[in-house]
Amino acid sequence: MNTEKEIIRLENIRRDFHVGDETVHALRGVSFTIHEGEFVTIMGTSGSGKSTLLNTLGCLDSPTSGEYYLDGIPVRSMDKNQRATLRNRKIGFVFQNYNLLPKTTAVENVELPLMYNPSCSAAERRRRAIEALQAVGLGDRLQHRSNQMSGGQMQRVAIARALVNNPAVILADEATGNLDTRTSFEVLVLFQELHAAGRTIIFVTHNPEIAQYSSRNITLRDGHITGDTFNEHMLSAAEALARLPKPED
Amino acid sequence: MNFANLFKIAVKALSNNKLRGFLTMLGIIIGVASVITMLAIGQGSKRSIQAEISEMGSNMIMIHPGGDRRGGVQLSADDMESLKLQDLEDIQTQTRFVTYVSPSVNSAGQAVYGANNTPTTIYGVNLDYLEIRRYRVGDGDSFSEQDIKTAAKVCLVGKTVVDELFPDGENPVGKIIRFGTIPFRIVGVLESKGYNSMGMDQDDLIIAPYTTVQKRILAITHLQEIICSALTEAYTDQAIDEISAILRENHRLKPSDEDDFSIRSQQEMASMLTSTTDMMTVLLAAVAGISLLVGGIGIMNIMYVSVTERTREIGLRMSIGAKGFDILAQFLIESILISVTGGLIGVLVGVGAAIAVNLIAAFPIYIQPWSVFLSFAVCTLTGVFFGWYPAQKAAMLDPIEALRYE
Ligand SMILES: Nc1ncnc2c1ncn2[C@@H]1O[C@H](COP(=O)(O)OP(=O)(O)OP(=O)(O)O)[C@@H](O)[C@H]1O
Ligand SMILES: [Mg+2]
Repeated sequence: MNTEKEIIRLENIRRDFHVGDETVHALRGVSFTIHEGEFVTIMGTSGSGKSTLLNTLGCLDSPTSGEYYLDGIPVRSMDKNQRATLRNRKIGFVFQNYNLLPKTTAVENVELPLMYNPSCSAAERRRRAIEALQAVGLGDRLQHRSNQMSGGQMQRVAIARALVNNPAVILADEATGNLDTRTSFEVLVLFQELHAAGRTIIFVTHNPEIAQYSSRNITLRDGHITGDTFNEHMLSAAEALARLPKPED
Repeated sequence: MNFANLFKIAVKALSNNKLRGFLTMLGIIIGVASVITMLAIGQGSKRSIQAEISEMGSNMIMIHPGGDRRGGVQLSADDMESLKLQDLEDIQTQTRFVTYVSPSVNSAGQAVYGANNTPTTIYGVNLDYLEIRRYRVGDGDSFSEQDIKTAAKVCLVGKTVVDELFPDGENPVGKIIRFGTIPFRIVGVLESKGYNSMGMDQDDLIIAPYTTVQKRILAITHLQEIICSALTEAYTDQAIDEISAILRENHRLKPSDEDDFSIRSQQEMASMLTSTTDMMTVLLAAVAGISLLVGGIGIMNIMYVSVTERTREIGLRMSIGAKGFDILAQFLIESILISVTGGLIGVLVGVGAAIAVNLIAAFPIYIQPWSVFLSFAVCTLTGVFFGWYPAQKAAMLDPIEALRYE
């Protein structure tokens, strides 16, 4: 059994949305635990509740019922401000559409989460932002603005931003959804490197292929978990990237 | 969340959209500048009128025979002769809030010296008159108490009269002029006071002992006016009350009788004259204030647009840990920055415009420090007030929906 620390523990999470007179059951009793250092992909058809689950895990949304412990902290009883602080300290988000601030340099974008952490000085903020950008291979793009970068580079900046607060878990929703195959693999290589470095990652995707590169795969259907498998033979994204046909110059 | 960071975030957001920020600011700039310029012009003309009025005399109180004339009732001869010498003496001896008291009788006529003559007015007064009206004797000397007792035919002349009667620059002191048929010896020449705010030449007069004018020119025993100085301007009303009580007693008026005299003060004249400029100032400031309001609405409008435009950014900030308060503060700081910077530039432009009006149009201005502080405070309030609702709207956004916003 896994001896690592428990990062996430969901107990019978339900989430209902009320639209007019109807009630949509987006999550119908989801329970699982994720330990430190896992790289989990969450798969499922459209509308199966993946984003809702991720929003719950990211403390952006509160479940209708059930209990959620993040790094041992019960989240359901927290108010909005407490959840904001929790996000700031424990969670890194990576979005499909990057969500970088326009007209803002890479390093400023990465500093952003630390701006909302009063205990972090300006110098420390800058240092950690540069470190995070170096970790995603953008050490030479610090002063590039969002509109001066490719999609893959922007997603790397977004990943650096998710790393900069040294979170307990990184949550990615379709993080490769807007990227071509090659760039997707580059980003995947990055996630595998982070995983190798001991990060906990939860990665929502439509693409079944990606599941092969993670250590665990959870499948959702109609708000239920229909599959939860550990992947003994994780493929290397770096090797897959090497096998891809080289882009024609 | 610390404010230095929020401030940085707000400045950064503003600098991303400089032109828009400036145009929004322009509303505030124009508003504040016009408030300051209008107040400076209004206050300037008020002050210059006040200065001219206080030049006319020191805390003057003027007592005329006959009741309040505003009713338009024909006055009887008795009424017109209600002021007597006894009244003067009682005011002199019985009041606590009056310093100088002078009778006044006057007559218009021709002053003649040799071949020159000029129409002017002779005022019969006592020595206090010079203090009350702030006349100073330049060449020569004033007449004496003795001259008053003996109704001596001596006089002081104003500069205009001197210029008319002695065009060759002769020294008038010691010369004998005639007023009507009566010869007067000039004992002194008054220093020039120029025109007053009502356009009257204050140098076009002859001053003589009141006894002389009463007996030799007018042949009357009553007084046409009593003029006095209150101790200070603040005591004017008390002085008027005292005088009124003395006169009512002297004239044996029953409580039900109306006054057979009327008292007006310099203070009252001043407030009458400045009330028009006050009115003008209020109107101008109101118009200017409206433009400030329009500027504020401009801020609100732009902040709403900005919040809508940046919905995704707000969602992102929230997802990485910004609290509702942080978002509120960010947008509020942005609107306050716009309005305060606008206010600052507005103050400079307003002061500049006021100075330009003064230099180019030679219009009196006075920039009151409080008007500057006030418009500054109003600007900050404008920023808070008009920034509040958009900022509040931003802070209330749901992060998930904000992130999904297209
Ligand atoms: N804010 C909401 N209000 C009402 N219903 C919602 C809301 N958010 C999600 N739902 C519903 O909940 C269900 C799950 O939605 P969710 O976005 O989690 O699906 P998903 O698995 O992420 O789909 P996709 O792969 O298309 O992104 C859907 O039926 C959706 O209509
Ligand atoms: Mg989704």
